[in-house]
Amino acid sequence: MEILTWTYILVGLSFALYIGIAIYTRAGSTKEFYTAGGGVSPLANGMATAADWMSAASFISMAGIIAFSGYDGSVYLMGWTGGYVLLALLLAPYLRKFGKFTVPDFVGDRYYSNKARVVAVFCALFICFTYVSGQMRGVGIVFSRYLEVDINTGVLIGMAIVFFYAVLGGMKGITYTQVAQYCVLIFAFMVPAIFISMQLTGNPIPQLGFGDTVGDGTYLLDKLDGVLTEMGFNEYTSGKKSMVDVFAITLALMVGTAGLPHVIVRFFTVPRVKDARLSAGYALVFIAILYTTAPAVAAFGMYNAIDTLVGQPVDQLPEWVTNWQKTNLIEIRDVNQDGIVQYTPQEETNEMIIDKDIMVLASPEIANLPNWVVGLVAAGGMAAALSTAAGLLLVISTSVSRDLFRTFVPSMTEKTELLIARISAAVAVVIAGYFGINPPGFVAQVVAFAFGLAAASFFPVIIMGIFSTRINKEGAIAGMLTGLVFTLGYIIYFKFGMELFGLSEQAVSPDNWWFGISPEGIGTVGMILNVIACYVVSKMTPPPPQHVQDIIQDIRIPRGAGEAHHH
Amino acid sequence: MDTKSRKDYWKKNIRILFILLTIWFIVSFGFGILFVEQLNQIKIAGFKLGFWFAQQGSIYFFVVLIFVYVVRMNRLDKEFNVNEE
Repeated sequence: MEILTWTYILVGLSFALYIGIAIYTRAGSTKEFYTAGGGVSPLANGMATAADWMSAASFISMAGIIAFSGYDGSVYLMGWTGGYVLLALLLAPYLRKFGKFTVPDFVGDRYYSNKARVVAVFCALFICFTYVSGQMRGVGIVFSRYLEVDINTGVLIGMAIVFFYAVLGGMKGITYTQVAQYCVLIFAFMVPAIFISMQLTGNPIPQLGFGDTVGDGTYLLDKLDGVLTEMGFNEYTSGKKSMVDVFAITLALMVGTAGLPHVIVRFFTVPRVKDARLSAGYALVFIAILYTTAPAVAAFGMYNAIDTLVGQPVDQLPEWVTNWQKTNLIEIRDVNQDGIVQYTPQEETNEMIIDKDIMVLASPEIANLPNWVVGLVAAGGMAAALSTAAGLLLVISTSVSRDLFRTFVPSMTEKTELLIARISAAVAVVIAGYFGINPPGFVAQVVAFAFGLAAASFFPVIIMGIFSTRINKEGAIAGMLTGLVFTLGYIIYFKFGMELFGLSEQAVSPDNWWFGISPEGIGTVGMILNVIACYVVSKMTPPPPQHVQDIIQDIRIPRGAGEAHHH
Repeated sequence: MDTKSRKDYWKKNIRILFILLTIWFIVSFGFGILFVEQLNQIKIAGFKLGFWFAQQGSIYFFVVLIFVYVVRMNRLDKEFNVNEE
């Protein structure tokens, strides 16, 4: 069968499955809509968290990013997994015991202040919207590539699907569709990885094949180091970024992960505190399967690209190259007209331009796998994009209906609240879709900064809210604002300063970065400032009232978690 | 639960956190970033050790750390009789 036929069949089947699950598990109450009724098993929640967390970028782009940055790509691998340790040890159990529905809920109650709650809602909405716009664009790109429709049609199809199960199913529907989506995406990622590992190294486990020998008996990584340095690139196993920057980016990503509202909220769905701990462990296992395979796929992809293309005659390239040239994801141009492909770090002489996404997208063809595998990878990419988009949309709708409407119109009935939650989910889908179709130039870049912002705003006040009884509302508000304003200011100055304030190129160059820390890593500094501001201001103002101190004592003890409840 | 055992429970909890987070820091920021070049002198199979920690090893350690935490905390909860049914 043709690739396109297989794609339609496999994507169609997976969509039918998601919609079927959404109808079967649709939410009937606000509790089910917000936290799936609090009855999800830790294993299922772990899978759902993994799917929620791993976006189209993790599935499609990450391996390629690592392939082209080598050791520097480690910041994403450590950064996007290490955060789960923080989440499991420092946040999940306590927030579960606290037993409300959202992060602003916690901030508002712990800091006994609706102002703090509103600041938290603002941070949550800002983070989620930047993130979800990127996802909708990702959905569109995946659809357009595989179903051969244009990107905008792709975004519209994606909106319709997400609309259906996020609005109808709420958290309950999303949780069980995410379990299915995890299975689809991990299967789709692993099958080509295992085949390629076998072909290159004879080892069926990609994580081990990564350190194994290739055809001529040398180790894969040694071979890559050698070939790349010969062509004038850095060694694959050492990086270009400065150590302080690698450190700062990794920390910002870790802490940002632990501060992302759509990840935290998943731990409200399990029945007990011990389930929240265990569930974070399962989530990381499921994530680690992909995250330890991705660097192997990256090295295999880089090796394959160099081995099959570089130094080859331009008119005798393999078939997959011709196929993917149509999508502009790979470009071969014989600059010096010698009929041979050269790969160099200098733009003028380089003859091979490869988009990062190709390492995963084209992997089945590079490895000569059957057509159904291509269809499977398509279904996997869509599962990754849809599950993350749905999780984010849910946080947006919950923030609006619960943290804003419920706080200021407490007399509202449960039915009205559920309706408002559904309407805001619907509105959020439309807004996200709009940004997906008309991406403001900065969206793609801003997504990467959502982590820094989460690290600099949420994380410190949640941690200190649990581990200190002295931190009060004045401190929390000061801390959140300091972290957010500083981080946002630094990012805007260095990333958008030229367009917005007419700064010179010199002024925004890396030479002027503070302590050599890039805008991607500045969340780490923002976080430290947040902690300092929070501590100093709290010391100068009165301690929190007794009932808040009692709440803190209570969330430190697991027994009596019960179900997530209303105020 | 009286104030004293509450304090003891929390102290032991913090101790567990401190030990596990120290390991968390050493395997990722220590081995994967700060001492990556020194560790890269050591090779195991095709991997330079520092590179392996940065792209593989730290992640395995993270997974193990969470499960150790789960087991230790469940034991601590039972010891102080604050475990859930």
